[in-house]
Amino acid sequence: MADNGVITTDDDVDTSRRKFLTTATVATGVVGAAFVLVPFVSSWKPSERARALGAPTEFDLSKVEAGQMVILTWRKQQIYVVKRTPEMVEALKGHDGRLKDPTSEKSEQPAYAKNELRAIRPDVLVLIGICTHLGCLPKQRFEKAIPELGADWPGGFFCPCHGSRFDLAGRVFDGSPASVNLRIPPYNIAGETLTIGVDETTKGAA
Amino acid sequence: MAPPVTSTAPPMKGFKGWLYDRLPVQNFIETQLTGYYAPKNFNFWYYFGVLSLVALVLQLVTGIFLTMFYKVGEATAFDSVEFIMREVEWGWLIRYLHSSGASFFFIVVYLHMFRAMLYGSYRAPREMLWLFGMAVYLALMAEAFMGYVLPWGNMSFWGAQVIVNLFSTIPAIGPGLVEWIRGDYGIADATLNRFFSLHVVAIPLALILLVVLHLVALRHKGSNNPDGIEIKKKLGADGHPVDGIPFHPYYTVKDLVGVGIFLILLAVVVFFVPTLGGLFLEGPNFEPANPLSTPEHIAPVWYFTPFYAILRAVPDQQTGALLMFLAVAAFIFLPWLDRSPVKSIRYKGWMSKLMLTVFAVSFVALGYLGLQPAEGVYVFWARLFSVLYFAFFILMPFYTRMEQTKPVPERLTYHAHA
Repeated sequence: MADNGVITTDDDVDTSRRKFLTTATVATGVVGAAFVLVPFVSSWKPSERARALGAPTEFDLSKVEAGQMVILTWRKQQIYVVKRTPEMVEALKGHDGRLKDPTSEKSEQPAYAKNELRAIRPDVLVLIGICTHLGCLPKQRFEKAIPELGADWPGGFFCPCHGSRFDLAGRVFDGSPASVNLRIPPYNIAGETLTIGVDETTKGAA
Repeated sequence: MAPPVTSTAPPMKGFKGWLYDRLPVQNFIETQLTGYYAPKNFNFWYYFGVLSLVALVLQLVTGIFLTMFYKVGEATAFDSVEFIMREVEWGWLIRYLHSSGASFFFIVVYLHMFRAMLYGSYRAPREMLWLFGMAVYLALMAEAFMGYVLPWGNMSFWGAQVIVNLFSTIPAIGPGLVEWIRGDYGIADATLNRFFSLHVVAIPLALILLVVLHLVALRHKGSNNPDGIEIKKKLGADGHPVDGIPFHPYYTVKDLVGVGIFLILLAVVVFFVPTLGGLFLEGPNFEPANPLSTPEHIAPVWYFTPFYAILRAVPDQQTGALLMFLAVAAFIFLPWLDRSPVKSIRYKGWMSKLMLTVFAVSFVALGYLGLQPAEGVYVFWARLFSVLYFAFFILMPFYTRMEQTKPVPERLTYHAHA
């Protein structure tokens, strides 16, 4: 640069210095802009209120007759609670060969429900009543051999939207668009009180 | 852009002269309207570009008025739409113009896209024009989906449930992503509010910007034509293409006739069959959203059903969702899949003609199948047409190269009426 600070020719410009400063400034700006994104992106997460309303739900199991189902709500999801009769439990055996995931390896459930009956207590089935295909409500089809569902239908759930079929442990049958079993929420049973949203093992809120 | 035209006319006086001195009005008219030369052989298919623009303006204007009366929120949304329909003066007309307008928008956009496929308008040097058009189409799909959620009818609710859950099929991030999109543990007030914001502010802004870029790209390279040859290669003594005519007044006048017919058809639907038998507005959407009751069978509005049919045709849900997205995205790659030495279907061989027909039939058939329940023989046909649909795209690089094409003429094929 000339003494008076006025650039007279291109030779006076330190281009590498100028390029470095420009790059550094732009890089700093990009990092800053990325940080500014955080609050905007985070604003889409469930709000404090939505999370508070997602607190655990209690239910008295003695209110349900054997063979009946009640629908509870937890975190805006339908929770199916089925009191299974011994015959219903018996009917769960013998069709493993027609299931996509008979041992629930690929499916979503708490560890204490990852067993043959997918339950803590054999007579109590707790499911998230949202089809794992695209989120419709599977309908209860508990009677055996319903004509539309075939003579070998052991009783279970049928999704009217896209025809997914599940047994009375929420396990999905071959030929259904859903690829995994119905999900099971965290829950525990103390006496006849069912609490949804609290794990049996940790006793902490989910 | 064409080089700026220097006007030879003497400078104007008065207000017009004052204004034109300060704004490039005259330059715009001379480069974009009276001095923009379009091929002289445009046919019926060339109405659908301007009609898309008319549909966009219709949706913007009716949408602005609906926003004045609509009350977003899960407790108020459904009632406010009924309020518009029954108690706002002429509210029913504004609402039906908007709801039917959405379907008309998709009709003209699909025909506009098919025109590009017929005459190879996506080919070099117009790839950017095609890509901006595809961006408009994708934005339009998002806009239409979110708009359908706003009345908060039962199909709005369950449609949103199904579409948002598509994202849960993405490995690893899926479930968290879905919760983030909904802002709650299910489709809820938070979801409705953000869809409203996106439908009314964000996507319309993006749409307008993309449409402007689409038009800039069009004017930069000039329109293609049914012969698929470049009119700029044959310039007359005046420097204009010999086979071109000024956009204004020739095509503006022609387009006005098309706009008139378009508006007549729109009026017929709005006044006599606003729901078009459940095609434009579905029956279950006249019941308020009910998270406890799924409609007997969930189907999107007709303009999404070809892709919905593909989704349901696949037994595995992850693959189904992937193929559905690919079915939409496939159009993006057309400029590079088409290897034919000629652009227009007029000069392509029999294989291209056959495959384009197969594509069009598959698209319409899938659209029909997407409206039907996914069971029995419908599933078989949906699978067959899904395969044919993708075959059109995947085999394109081969059949466009293999086939015998016809020689392309030097000048446009054009017969003036005697």
